[in-house]
Amino acid sequence: FPGAGGGNDIQWCFSQVKGAVDDDVAEADIISTVEFNHSGELLATGDKGGRVVIFQQEQENKTQSHSRGEYNVYSTFQSHEPEFDYLKSLEIEEKINKIRWLPQKNAAQFLLSTNDKTIKLWKISERDKRPEGYNLKEEDGRYRDPTTVTTLRVPVFRPMDLMVEASPRRIFANAHTYHINSISINSDYETYLSADDLRINLWHLEITDRSFNIVDIKPANMEELTEVITAAEFHPNSCNTFVYSSSKGTIRLCDMRASALCDRHSKLFEEPEDPSNRSFFSEIISSISDVKFSHSGRYMMTRDYLSVKIWDLNMENRPVETYQVHEYLRSKLCSLYENDCIFDKFECCWNGSDSIVMTGSYNNFFRMFDRNTKRDITLEASRENNKPRTVLKPRKVCASGKRKKDEISVDSLDFNKKILHTAWHPKENIIAVATTNNLYIFQDKMN
Amino acid sequence: MAAPLGTGTRTEEPGQEKQDAQEKEIAPPERAEEAKLKAKYPNLGQKPGGSDFLMKRLQKGQKYFDSGDYNMAKAKMKNKQLPSTGPDKNLVTGDHIPTPQDLPQRKSSLVTSKLAG
Repeated sequence: FPGAGGGNDIQWCFSQVKGAVDDDVAEADIISTVEFNHSGELLATGDKGGRVVIFQQEQENKTQSHSRGEYNVYSTFQSHEPEFDYLKSLEIEEKINKIRWLPQKNAAQFLLSTNDKTIKLWKISERDKRPEGYNLKEEDGRYRDPTTVTTLRVPVFRPMDLMVEASPRRIFANAHTYHINSISINSDYETYLSADDLRINLWHLEITDRSFNIVDIKPANMEELTEVITAAEFHPNSCNTFVYSSSKGTIRLCDMRASALCDRHSKLFEEPEDPSNRSFFSEIISSISDVKFSHSGRYMMTRDYLSVKIWDLNMENRPVETYQVHEYLRSKLCSLYENDCIFDKFECCWNGSDSIVMTGSYNNFFRMFDRNTKRDITLEASRENNKPRTVLKPRKVCASGKRKKDEISVDSLDFNKKILHTAWHPKENIIAVATTNNLYIFQDKMN
Repeated sequence: MAAPLGTGTRTEEPGQEKQDAQEKEIAPPERAEEAKLKAKYPNLGQKPGGSDFLMKRLQKGQKYFDSGDYNMAKAKMKNKQLPSTGPDKNLVTGDHIPTPQDLPQRKSSLVTSKLAG
C-alpha cells in the first residue's frame, strides 16, 4: 500500500465526523459545498437548505502533540431562503452552490455565498466584551427612573462569553438569468466574478447595484445552443486573467485587458478527440464539472466524469497529466445515464504545495493522485473507519474478472453515496470530505 | 501498492502501437453501452447526448402555473372535475392544468443544520 512504502507517503487517519448518523437524509441536510479559509483555521460548509456552518480549528495544545486541533462549530446561519419568481414561474432553490472566503483584513471574517441567483457577502465577527454600568439603564435593559439617579459613573467594557455573529453586508442580486455555478474572488481582493450557464459577470465587492458582463455565450437563437459554462475561476496571481470551462470539455483563458467583453479567448485548452472513439456519451462525459488553478498559478486542473486532467497554461493542445478516477465506470455508462449519475458534478482540489490532487467518487470513495511519485490511493469516508490515529485502509475496486479479497466489485458500488465536494487545508495535511450529509475530517498521522 | 500504469498517469506519449491497443480497449465498452441504450430507447435522437440535457439544465426550476388558464378551465368545466395529476406531480402533460395545490410547498429551513449539532 502507498502508506507502507516510501517515507514521504501520507498516512491518512480519521479525525472527526460531523452530521447525523441516521440513514434517512432530509434534503436540506445534503452538503453542497466545502471550503477552507486562507489560513485553514476556518472550514465552511453550505447545504441544500441554504444554511452555512463554519467550524474553527482549536488552538494547538502543546500537550497533545499527536494531533492537530479539532474543528468545532464556530458559527451557523441561514444564508439563503427559497424564493419563487412569479414573473418567470421559476422556483429558486436556496441551495448554497459555492462559498468563497475573503482573505482576512481585520478582526472579522468575510465570505461570499451564492445560490442559483443571488450572491451574498457575509461578515462573521466575534463579540467577547459588553458595556456595563450605564447610568440610565439597568443591566437588563430597562430604563431607570431618572429621579433615582444620584451619582454618575462611566460605563466600562467587561468580558462576556464569546458570541459569534454573522450578518449580511452586501446582497448582489438580479444579475443572472441562468443558474450561478461559480464565484471567484480576484487577487486584487476588490473584485470577484460570478458565472452562470451562459454568462460571467464582474463585480466590485463594495457595489451591489451594478456588475459588468465580461463573457456572454448566449446564441442569438437558443435553438443553436450547443455549449454552456460549467465553472470559472480567477488566476491566483494575475488579476486580469480568468478561465472558464464548458460542457464540451474545453477551457478558455481570458485576459480582461484585451477587451471589455471577453468573448474571444486568449487561449483555448482542448484535448483532441479521436473521432472513431466518439459515442453518444462522449460529450456528456467530457463535460468539465470543476476547474481549479494550482496555488502557483502555473497549472490548472479540470475534472470531467471519469478523469482529472492537469494543464500547463503554456500548452493548449493537451493536458500534461491525466489521472483516471474510476475508469471501470466506462462499461456502465448506459445505466449511469439512466439513473442520471452520469450528470453528477464532481469537484477537485490541490494540496497546499500542488504536489497532490484529490477528487471524489462513488461508494463514499475518494481518490488522491501524487504528481511526483505517480502513485494514487483510494480511501473511504465511512463511520466504520472512525478510530482516531488508525491509518485508513486503501480500497480497491475490481473492474472485472476474479475479485480478490478486500476488493469491491463495480456492481456492488453504491451510486447514491457520492463524494462530490472535498477540500484540502491550504498548509497542512488536513482534508475535509463531504458525503451526502456528513462531513469527515482526516489528518495525516503525526509521529 | 503502486497503481498499475493503465489506471494511473500518462505523462509520456505512448508508442503508436500501444496507443492503438489502448484505444481498442477503451472504445468497445463505450460503444457497447451506447448500443445498449439505443436498444432500450430507440427514439433517442441522433443529436449527441449533451443537447437535450443542456436545455433541461437551463430550464431547471421552471414551475408553470397560469392563473388565467386555471380560471378559464374552472369556468368551462363548472360541473365536471378537472383532470388531476398522475403520480408524478412534476410532470405536466396533456389536459392537466397545474393547480396551486400541485405546486410543491416550499418551506424555508428553520431548523439548525445537523452538522452544527
